[in-house]
Amino acid sequence: MPDATELSGSSVSSAGGRIGRDDVAHLARLARLAVTEQELDVFAGQLDVILGSVARVSEVAAGDIPPTSHAVPMTNVFRPDELRPCLPREAVLAAAPDVEDNKFRVPRILSEEV
Amino acid sequence: MTGELTRSGAADLAARIASGEVSAVEVTQAHLDRIAAVDGSIHAFLHVDTEGALGAAKAVDALRASGGPLSPLAGVPLAMKDVVVTQGLPTTAGSKILERWQPPYDATIARRVKDAGIVMLGKTNMDEFAMGSSTENSAYGPTHNPWDLSRIPGGSSGGSSAAVAAFEAPLAIGTDTGGSIRQPAAVTGIVGHKPTYGTVSRYGLIAFSSSLDQAGPFGRTVLDAALLHEVIGGHDPADSTSLPQPVAPVVAAAREGARGDLKSVRVGVVRELGGQDSTGYQAGVLASFESAVGSLRDLGAEVVEVSCPHFGYALAAYYLIAPSEASSNLARFDGVRYGLRVGDDGVNSLEEVMSLTREAGFGPEVKRRIMIGTYALSSGYYEAYYGQAQKVRTLISRDFAAAFERVDVLVSPTSPFVAFGIGERIDDPMAMYVNDLCTLPASLAGTPAISVPSGLSEGLPVGLQIMAPALADERCYRVAAAFEAAVEPVLSSIPELVA
Amino acid sequence: MTLTYEDVLRRYEPVIGIETHVELGTVSKMFCGCATDFGGEPNTQVCPVCLGLPGALPVANEKAIESTIRIGLALNCSIATWCRFARKNYFYPDMPKNFQTSQYDEPLCVDGYLDVDVDGETVRVGIERVHLEEDTGKITHVGTSGRIHGAEYSLVDYNRAGIPLVEIVTKPVPGAGAHAPEVAKAYVTELRDILRTLGVSDVRMEQGSLRCDVNTSLSPAGSGADAGRWGTRTETKNVNSLRTVERAVRSEILRQAALLDAGGRIMQETRHFSETTGDTRPGRSKEEATDYRYFPEPDLVPIAPDPEWVEKLRAGLPELPAARRDRLRAELGVSAEDMVQLTNAGVVALVGATVDAGAPIGEARNWWLGYLAQQANSREIDAADLGITPAQVARLVELVADGALSVALARQVVDGVLETGQDVDAVVAQRGLKVVSDTGALEQAADDAIAANPDVADKVRGGKLPAVGALVGAVMKATRGQADAAAVRAILLERLGVSE
Repeated sequence: MPDATELSGSSVSSAGGRIGRDDVAHLARLARLAVTEQELDVFAGQLDVILGSVARVSEVAAGDIPPTSHAVPMTNVFRPDELRPCLPREAVLAAAPDVEDNKFRVPRILSEEV
Repeated sequence: MTGELTRSGAADLAARIASGEVSAVEVTQAHLDRIAAVDGSIHAFLHVDTEGALGAAKAVDALRASGGPLSPLAGVPLAMKDVVVTQGLPTTAGSKILERWQPPYDATIARRVKDAGIVMLGKTNMDEFAMGSSTENSAYGPTHNPWDLSRIPGGSSGGSSAAVAAFEAPLAIGTDTGGSIRQPAAVTGIVGHKPTYGTVSRYGLIAFSSSLDQAGPFGRTVLDAALLHEVIGGHDPADSTSLPQPVAPVVAAAREGARGDLKSVRVGVVRELGGQDSTGYQAGVLASFESAVGSLRDLGAEVVEVSCPHFGYALAAYYLIAPSEASSNLARFDGVRYGLRVGDDGVNSLEEVMSLTREAGFGPEVKRRIMIGTYALSSGYYEAYYGQAQKVRTLISRDFAAAFERVDVLVSPTSPFVAFGIGERIDDPMAMYVNDLCTLPASLAGTPAISVPSGLSEGLPVGLQIMAPALADERCYRVAAAFEAAVEPVLSSIPELVA
Repeated sequence: MTLTYEDVLRRYEPVIGIETHVELGTVSKMFCGCATDFGGEPNTQVCPVCLGLPGALPVANEKAIESTIRIGLALNCSIATWCRFARKNYFYPDMPKNFQTSQYDEPLCVDGYLDVDVDGETVRVGIERVHLEEDTGKITHVGTSGRIHGAEYSLVDYNRAGIPLVEIVTKPVPGAGAHAPEVAKAYVTELRDILRTLGVSDVRMEQGSLRCDVNTSLSPAGSGADAGRWGTRTETKNVNSLRTVERAVRSEILRQAALLDAGGRIMQETRHFSETTGDTRPGRSKEEATDYRYFPEPDLVPIAPDPEWVEKLRAGLPELPAARRDRLRAELGVSAEDMVQLTNAGVVALVGATVDAGAPIGEARNWWLGYLAQQANSREIDAADLGITPAQVARLVELVADGALSVALARQVVDGVLETGQDVDAVVAQRGLKVVSDTGALEQAADDAIAANPDVADKVRGGKLPAVGALVGAVMKATRGQADAAAVRAILLERLGVSE
């Protein structure tokens, strides 16, 4: 079975050391993932390899190349300011883990609103 | 009778239902029976909607009895990838975080399938949130390749491809972000097409990577895939990125191609994808590809080699863009409005409950990609990663544009490998990612590409990928149909499953 | 040591900046067809899109784009020829998708200005940008305090989620000196008048359709426009009335000065203004700086406003408050002093609109500076938020001019309009408020009053004319205020045989 390094154009940077446990912990906090101690190690190793490999994008594209955010270029797609039916409230709340007074109930919030 | 019905293709079944030779209920029941017999070993389906399917079939039969007009695929069964939102039917995207979620609305393509009288048998297994190439990343266990149950059916739409290859359904819908229709089609020996980005509505597809995701058809023949493509394609005002264009004439192209004439068609072999600059491909895959190119030449096509120098950067660009968009798209799964909630013990804060929910609800590949995307979008890294990846995307589109000035279609193997063993690559993310090597360029450029069976290697199917310019999907179908007519049907040698 | 404001301003130079959020008055939400009405039953104005259900996709509301461009034009901005929405990523339960669809480095409108008058002087407030985004849902904190701190749990209603929200950000405003709080208030007042004139929002601060955050920093006196010498700024949130704008800036200037005087450092932070204590309090400090990971919204395509469309919108702008003020001054002869008074009371636009609706300028001025201003003051709100429209005031003026209402009755009608929200004529009809001009009925009422108050009647007969006021009062009471007081007085004097 061939591995990644043998494939054309996908040589993996062996530089390593980009991502450590602290970085994974930081990313996990940003992404709201309560990763375990064991995952910190596993992900640190894997993300380091992956990010080392994908960093190749910086080798090729010069400053004057415009970025592509949408594969097929279109502009000005709008809808008229008109009402459409809303969902029935039973359907809105049916899937909610916790409901009180027809609102979504959540545990106490620690962080301030942005 | 029953076995014969499940071996029939969609076009054939539709004609026989329309003529009254068989009823839609009989066809549906035959496929439900087949599912009951073999899905225990395949595990293509996450949910089988027996009642709904028979109800839809009855409605088609009633409509026919009353002389009402039948649409071209009325009464034909279909397997729906579980990433497509279906009202009142469980929709999980292969994730534990959506276990037991019953959507209150239908995806546009689900609605179009129902309106066409197509009978939805159920929802198929997939890599969680479409992240993967093997369907091993499903929270509900892997799907097995009907060619060899110890091997993967491809992914992420592996449940759909396996269902069609195992004769559980003549048609299926998949979604393709980096190859998730084409690669499963290739490794199960069926046809799968990724349409031009923007030509099939994304409204109601649970988003993985918004700028890449595109739904498309699976069938055992090119014509069957084309018939389904015309049902689901076309403009949808609910999707801002949907192109205001009529659907491409793919059925006519499939019929025309089946006449087997490719004279005046210029075919480009991509030097970097299976051409002379290819390393890391399995020998059997390259042999099958060379033989396929020979067949195209025999059909009258003019074959030239073209170079697309930036295709080698597609993998890197893709594994930045897709995870970045995914990290944002998957933020909504937080245990507040729907889905799983973990850790709400009256003591934990909302922040803790959200983090525990996401930790418990997402599998390792999803977490990896969320973190890669979070990293790539972070201030300080954005330009070097996400920004650069989007520039690479421009370069890849330019490579395609230059190539399509010389040729009508480009060809390559669909995947560098045949189906590998379940469990073989699951612990090595990079080894898994290279499955997508050949399919990624068309994903990044938003251009159409089809995979059609090209033969066997080590007794396992190999796919030929045919790529066309944006909005020229019909070229994929025409060339694929001509090729299909010229080669031995691959599925005829699939081993019989022992129920 | 107690710092006085005057002392502080001798030594420090305040620099302010204001971010204003305006909920647009579109019929439907920014990216879906749900209603935007205020006060609906919880979670009844939501759909897969604004609830962030898996698979749902946004489509931009054209009217919201148009309104944003019109706001930009009214604020003298350049309109982008090409721009995009962006996702602002952060987790908060009032955001169904855990990202806000907003604009980042490509806003619809940039680089404008708004001139405001403070004590007869014109101050130019630079506009950095005007961009479009979506509002969040509403959270109720449940627990003993009713606030986020100490709440046991919280409840979320997503009716407001996805309502189009325009953010208007000023450039830093240096050089206002002691007038900085007034400049801040004048800016928000003028902006609100413009938004109301454009008809893009109902701009009701008390309902949250207009919300302000105020940035304040202090630098040593004489720093002027030298941005390099400006101090660290704080952002004050929760500024939800015009009065609060001024109070919040003033209190933050005093707080920062006291801290600097004591050798302390200003922290860049978010603070909250408290109406009850009249000062700002720090928000809870964040564990780490927020990284919003902005990127272009892939589910929406770029906006490229056609220049012809923009010019059409520019040509279609209504007369803006500043121009209306000039016209009032020039055409209607409002004196400079009156104009300052009207401006300070925040009623220029209202008076202008009342005149436009047919009332003479003098009457319009008297109502808005008189009885209506009193009502607003007693309710501690702005006249504009009273709930009576210029057209209704013009109708009142008309009814008084016709003699159908006395001024006293007209005030009762105002009370009725404010209480019930009904129109003027409806209140008049429902409460039977009209001047009693039936002489027979008045004579009967006068005789009754005389009979009931013989002592008073004797005093009047004896030449104490002012005593007749008590009898007039009795008649007015008997006729529920619907008589003309002068006519009643004449009748009473006549019945008592007394002449003036």
